[in-house]
Amino acid sequence: MADYNIPAELMEALKGKFSGIEIMENGDVIVPAADLMAFMTEIKENPDTAMDFLTNLTASDYKDRLETVYNLVSITHGYTLTVKVKLEDKENPQVPSLCPLWDGASWQERETYDLMGIVFTGYPGHPTRILLDDNFKGHPLRKDYQWEGGREA
Amino acid sequence: MKTETYTLNLGPQHPSTHGVFRIILELDGETVVKATPVPGYLHRGIEKLAEARTYTQVIPYTDRMDYMAAMLMNWGYVAAVEKLMDIEVPERAEYVRVIVGELSRIASHMIATGAYGGDIGALTAFTYTFRDREYVLDLLEMVSGSRMTFSYFRIGGVAADLPEEFFPAVRKFLGELPAMCDEYDGLITGNEIFQARTKQVGIITPEMGINYSLSGPTLRGSGVNYDLRKVRPYGIYDRFDFDVPLGQNGDCFDRFRIRIDEMRQCKRIIEQALDQIPEGPIMAKVPKVIKPPVGDAYAEVESSKGVYGCYVVSDGSPKPYRVHFRRPSYINLGYLGKLCEGWKIADVIAILGSIDIVLGEVDC
Repeated sequence: MADYNIPAELMEALKGKFSGIEIMENGDVIVPAADLMAFMTEIKENPDTAMDFLTNLTASDYKDRLETVYNLVSITHGYTLTVKVKLEDKENPQVPSLCPLWDGASWQERETYDLMGIVFTGYPGHPTRILLDDNFKGHPLRKDYQWEGGREA
Repeated sequence: MKTETYTLNLGPQHPSTHGVFRIILELDGETVVKATPVPGYLHRGIEKLAEARTYTQVIPYTDRMDYMAAMLMNWGYVAAVEKLMDIEVPERAEYVRVIVGELSRIASHMIATGAYGGDIGALTAFTYTFRDREYVLDLLEMVSGSRMTFSYFRIGGVAADLPEEFFPAVRKFLGELPAMCDEYDGLITGNEIFQARTKQVGIITPEMGINYSLSGPTLRGSGVNYDLRKVRPYGIYDRFDFDVPLGQNGDCFDRFRIRIDEMRQCKRIIEQALDQIPEGPIMAKVPKVIKPPVGDAYAEVESSKGVYGCYVVSDGSPKPYRVHFRRPSYINLGYLGKLCEGWKIADVIAILGSIDIVLGEVDC
């Protein structure tokens, strides 16, 4: 497998600029929700990294937190980067919307809100459901969501 | 003079929407002021269902996303699980995957090409591409026993080896493929009315394409050279010599045209794979019960519609803790609303068709 990670010295520089971020062994970056917008703006606008393509945006529900996951690509340099934000407040999870940076975030954020119940803030038209009916109660991808039927039920 | 806009509901049951999909159009005369796409009619909650299945049992669900290219849907999912478990797929299985994957891409592009002709009003085109797609489905049926929902990929390889009779049959098909493509080009691409309806319509600039996370022919039609098989080759794609067809204007015509060119490139890839394919096992040594280590993995493949990704989280149990599919049709469709603004009603059909969506994948 070829390596598409951002070079270590660039990651060091990022760590210098954003002291709150945590770089995992596999290259994933964990960013505090408060720093997300500034961090994403930096890696997108800085020509050294130029992460111009938001390829995937999703979220996962863990016991102690919700976690949003962003997969970014630099079409210019060929780098890939996974950014995660941990949201400890499961009752009222909020994270800044990335729509001001990438319009491609819009539908993916709406899907994540719809199914996982994470509120993306700071963008008109958010939060709105997209796949489920507007009157639907709950967010089905949450682990505590009670669903009827299924083969085992 | 007093004028006012009015609202027109397109779909959800309308042949041009290629499934159950609705667009609310706000119109000024015939001109679109605002278009609001409404997806979700086919949402089955596959991601939720996957959490109650074993890793292997998820594979048939992936068939039911982009059922026009189900092999490629299988591929993205197993690639993510293999990445999570650090499984090395045997050589022969990699070649088999390329061969069936590219055949699936041809089948999908044939549908896109013919159906687009139908959208524009050239319904005859539909019959030609569907006739030829049958040959591809025959080949894939030979391999997997199924014509549409193959479930042929396994975590660590593929379900069965290619049968003897497959090889002469696929060579024969590939021999005829250029003539088929020439026929589509002669019948549709070169058609004056078709060109008038699609050239300089629904233009996507490269910048907007990247900004809206578009991928596949929809992005490459705008001249952005982003094909995962080239830029981040997965499997064994770095061993093949092929070109990535690109458009110049980013209009409906370019998006349509490069699909036919891609079919010709698929032929090159499959032929090289058939020449190079080694003997050997088709499955890696994987445990009977798939239990990936705790962690997550994200893998992407280039499907016929664009970048198809799969994010898998494992908690160490035999069932996936979380599965997410990055479906290219869904994300490409996210730009439709903006793209339609300022065009006429008839152009909306041309634009939607040129993006080539499959609702099974959009709604997931």
